[in-house]
Amino acid sequence: MSENSPSDAPTQSRPQLNRRKFLVRLSIALSSIGAALVAVPSAAFLLGLRKSPRIWRTVGKLDDFKVGETVNVAFEDPSPLPWAGVTAQTTAWLRRVSDQEFIAFSTICTHLGCPVRWLSTADLFMCPCHGGVFYADGDVASGPPPKPLNRYPVRISNNEVQILTMPVPIA
Amino acid sequence: MRFLKRTWLWFDDLTGLSAMLGPLLDHPVPKARKTAWFYVLGSATLIAFLIQVVTGTALASGYVASSGQAYSTLQFISSAPIGRVIRGIHYFGASAMIILIGLHTIRVYLMASYKYPRQMNWLSGVALLLLTLAMLFTGQLLRWDQTGFWSVLIAAEQAGRVPFIGNWLGHFILAGDTVGGATLSRFFAAHVFFLPGLMFLIVGLHLYLVVHNGISEPPSTKNPVDPKTYRPWFQALLAREGEPFWPYAAWRDVVFGFLVVATVVGLAILVGPPLLGKPPDPTIVEATPRPEWYFLWYYAILSIIPKWSENWVMVWAPAAFGAALVLLPFVARKGQRSPIRRPWSFAVVGVILFSIAYYGEVGKIAPWSPRMDAPPLPATVVGATSGPVADGARIFHDKGCEYCHKVAGYGGIRGPDLTYTGDTLTPAQIITRIYSGAANMPSYRGNITPDQMSALLAFLGSRHRQPIEPPVASGQP
Repeated sequence: MSENSPSDAPTQSRPQLNRRKFLVRLSIALSSIGAALVAVPSAAFLLGLRKSPRIWRTVGKLDDFKVGETVNVAFEDPSPLPWAGVTAQTTAWLRRVSDQEFIAFSTICTHLGCPVRWLSTADLFMCPCHGGVFYADGDVASGPPPKPLNRYPVRISNNEVQILTMPVPIA
Repeated sequence: MRFLKRTWLWFDDLTGLSAMLGPLLDHPVPKARKTAWFYVLGSATLIAFLIQVVTGTALASGYVASSGQAYSTLQFISSAPIGRVIRGIHYFGASAMIILIGLHTIRVYLMASYKYPRQMNWLSGVALLLLTLAMLFTGQLLRWDQTGFWSVLIAAEQAGRVPFIGNWLGHFILAGDTVGGATLSRFFAAHVFFLPGLMFLIVGLHLYLVVHNGISEPPSTKNPVDPKTYRPWFQALLAREGEPFWPYAAWRDVVFGFLVVATVVGLAILVGPPLLGKPPDPTIVEATPRPEWYFLWYYAILSIIPKWSENWVMVWAPAAFGAALVLLPFVARKGQRSPIRRPWSFAVVGVILFSIAYYGEVGKIAPWSPRMDAPPLPATVVGATSGPVADGARIFHDKGCEYCHKVAGYGGIRGPDLTYTGDTLTPAQIITRIYSGAANMPSYRGNITPDQMSALLAFLGSRHRQPIEPPVASGQP
């Protein structure tokens, strides 16, 4: 060490530069790896989305629903987090079309996601935000919605009406 | 006093604080003369930001970022007298911050202070402006009432319009398949850690650049910016007539900043924070979410644009606006700074301010929204309590016509006012309209019985400027 002490001497510049280069690269590489060790799992946790299974949720007994009527039903998301509270609920407009046939419409307007309301006397769904209107079958009647109302699969099982949960339809 | 002074000298000796801060405080700034008060907007924005940091920290200590409990913690905070004031300060502080950063951006744009060598000042400022908008959105949502809940869905649906990654982006905003336990925590983390952390970094960069490049001199038509000679010219200007920032320029910042603080706190005490809406319960379908005043103009624009243009306006217009802000200091990097020589800059600012004010007002009225709470028309308006006209008035309400059409001051304003339909339309024309519908009116073909239609016609036909003799309710010449 002591022999090489005048580090700025021109004769020493080459080996010094190599050593310098090595140390710089070592430091940059170690810093990058260290940062990645922390950042990758953090980003993965942040970006990772919890996937829920799709399951059948009971929304009532078959006899609770009258043929021809459209009512609002609520059901719990497939695997709600314990602290989700009321937000674990999802609602749908459920219509008993005939004795054995049901249709369940998503309440979420296909325009920008506001909750549509069923107007029983007008046989229309109406959105309070931008005035989108849907016919009783969910087709667009007027206003800005680009698509008909989304539907949930419904089934009757053991005299109970069940809705198959699904992710919020987006785009 | 002497003890304090000795303590300070000891502390300063160990820390070198005055050696570090002294040059920052003493750095010379150009004389701003008549425009001096325009230069207080940046520091006032910083003061508003600090108000938000302090009150936000206080609020966070009483808030539980849980989708199921946040609403009740907000009720708790709002019911405590000091909690109410703190919420008020945080609310009006947010309004102050967006107003001030907007005015500051306008000042810099009109004076073209973004030109060489201050392009990075501008870009870091643009980042802060966008981050402030993100803070406004995430913040109003943390109120986690009904509007907060539906804002998430509306944001997710808008993000869903982005090509290719829309679906993923929308569910990323929801933090999963549906709004639930993970949703609010994500917005809380963004609002309280991620976005403010970024803002602290960029505010630091912005302030460093202000000192490094010097505060821009008031523009003059005689001194267009030439990147080759600007820096030496600016240094000579400072040497000639520069004044130390502290206190010759800073006193204005302090006075204006104090007014900002006093106004925000005063409004918080006198007006108080916005009331909480209904709980974030998706089973309450009667929800009419509306954005805060600072986003009303955007809500209005989304509501009135033609259907085909929606994806362009939702996705590409914000992207184009952002790109314009980023490109500006590179496209116009030199030359005249004086707004007198750049008259279009007034036009740009004028159009933007007018649009925000005008569409903000339109958004408040929301003429496109059906008035779903419209009560049935009273007998005084209908002019009959039984018979076809009265039946028709009831059908007018029950079929939802009244939600969009006004009659004698009742009902919505989305469609034409029908107070005097009897004067303007023949029965045949009315029938055509009801059956065929229009872009913004559903067709009632198959949705209305002949009896209902004839009652409705009787009612609409009886709407006249000069009321016909009341007793002859159903008869219509």
